[in-house]
Amino acid sequence: MSNVKILAVFAENKLGQLARITRILADANIDIRWMTIATSDTFGVCKCLVDQCERAFQELQQHGLTVSLLEVLAVEVEDRPGGMYAVADCLAKHQVNVENSSGFTFNRRAGLLIETKDLDRGRLALEKNRFHLLTAEELLSR
Amino acid sequence: MTSSFWDREVETLARPALERLQLRRLQAVVRRVARQVPFYQQQFAERGLKPAQLRSLEDVRRLPFTTGADLRTTYPKGLVALPANRLARLHTSSGTTGKPKALFFSRRDVDNAAELIARCLVMTGVTPDDILQNMMTYGLFTGALVMHYGAEKVGCLVIPAGPGNTEKQLLLMQDFRSTALHITPSYALYLASYLEGKGLDPRRDLAIRKAFIGAEPYTEETRRKIEQALGVDVYNSYGLSEMNGPGIAFECEQQHGMHLWEDNYILEIVDPQTGAPRPDGQQGELVLTTLCREAMPLLRYRTRDITAVIPGPCPCGRTHRRLSRITGRTDDMLIVRGVNIYPQQIEQVLMSLPQVGSNYQIILDGLDDMTIKVELAKSAFDGQMEHLVQLQTEIINRLRAEILTKPKVELVPPGTLPISEGKAKRVLDHRSL
Repeated sequence: MSNVKILAVFAENKLGQLARITRILADANIDIRWMTIATSDTFGVCKCLVDQCERAFQELQQHGLTVSLLEVLAVEVEDRPGGMYAVADCLAKHQVNVENSSGFTFNRRAGLLIETKDLDRGRLALEKNRFHLLTAEELLSR
Repeated sequence: MTSSFWDREVETLARPALERLQLRRLQAVVRRVARQVPFYQQQFAERGLKPAQLRSLEDVRRLPFTTGADLRTTYPKGLVALPANRLARLHTSSGTTGKPKALFFSRRDVDNAAELIARCLVMTGVTPDDILQNMMTYGLFTGALVMHYGAEKVGCLVIPAGPGNTEKQLLLMQDFRSTALHITPSYALYLASYLEGKGLDPRRDLAIRKAFIGAEPYTEETRRKIEQALGVDVYNSYGLSEMNGPGIAFECEQQHGMHLWEDNYILEIVDPQTGAPRPDGQQGELVLTTLCREAMPLLRYRTRDITAVIPGPCPCGRTHRRLSRITGRTDDMLIVRGVNIYPQQIEQVLMSLPQVGSNYQIILDGLDDMTIKVELAKSAFDGQMEHLVQLQTEIINRLRAEILTKPKVELVPPGTLPISEGKAKRVLDHRSL
């Protein structure tokens, strides 16, 4: 099973940069499902999950942007008290360090995107403990 | 490794014979300017100096310095030593403000400049089989034309591409299989990132093997970066329009220091403040006296370039002494918060980091604030904000260790900063001092 891919775009932290990125995606008729932006004083990284990842990557690159594709784990989280804890506990027990993470909902279900250097170990740990790992198709289906 | 020579006899002339030749030529040039050039007549009169007093090479120190300012005050033709109908070519040196410097060549000067370039090219291994793509500016600037004539003399096919229009440059390289480039360091770096963007590997897709790089000072780190990215051997070229343009000093196949053609120039290294001589091995301002120029001989010209003579003989067998890489121009020195900084110090730090791309800019503004904009290498972006912040911190720390003041560093995406296809403008000084 392949990991879910998200786009990361490097941009200056100045007016109009987000508009520039999203305009390119809009013109290419690419749907953004989820987005997060991290900034420092002068620059930022914009990450997004889109419906056509490879094509979005090409489009952004052709427009001169600095883009990188990241593989992440996407895991379904039960929508109940302790649901998130169960995932975090499982990863911690298997020494999987989470670098970035962000929750989102899709089709009335809850999910968590996890960036980690230990992709394979994280995947194995979650699967062994009967968590449901989401595929790109599941995430993106309507 | 055996070296190739264009003019083996002169290039390997034993030092005593070379120095006798220098003295004979120096005496002749001083006699000539004392007859023909009112500017020098007046200078000699003020010092009570007679050409006959020059009895040894050390006596060159009794001659007055000539400065860039002298070239401007005597503009356009005050230093010309030939009748107008013997002049064959005019070049100018780019003045950032006010009048340029006008430099005249006789027919023999044009040919002699080409002769020196021929020596330079052949000592790097260039043969008539080579195809030189000349990517310097043609026109009033000496860089391209002087190289052009020299490469033709060697028998190369010369492509007078000029700078800019990188897409066309690539087409020329692909269609005509250029083997050597003559290019500025900033444009070479830009070319490297352009090829990377096109997904081209120069080692596989192009025939370029050598690059002759000059016209702007650059660092050893930049040389390595260009060699790595373009798959070429880079040979450092030194020149200035006032002395003919490129080819005054050039690296041999050892790539360790640039042989300065001492049969054509007397070389001195002096204290930039006092003008006192400095011995081989010590840094100072390069001062040059032309020995063979007909149209416009210059005595003890203050180049403003900071360098040192590398002591000892070169394994290639040439007896002409070597200059170390130019570490800066006395004009380029920045004073920020009371600290003297050469832009090359900053470049050296930046180019030693593989995550740094091909372009940077130093901006001075406010009262005395320094901001350095640094382009990230395309391949260095892995999507992680943390890594960018770490790199930014590392650059700041390394710069602080080198220049003793803490600059602001901004990381910007590749291709953000203005590119230069001629001489790079790396420093923007907007300070309200």
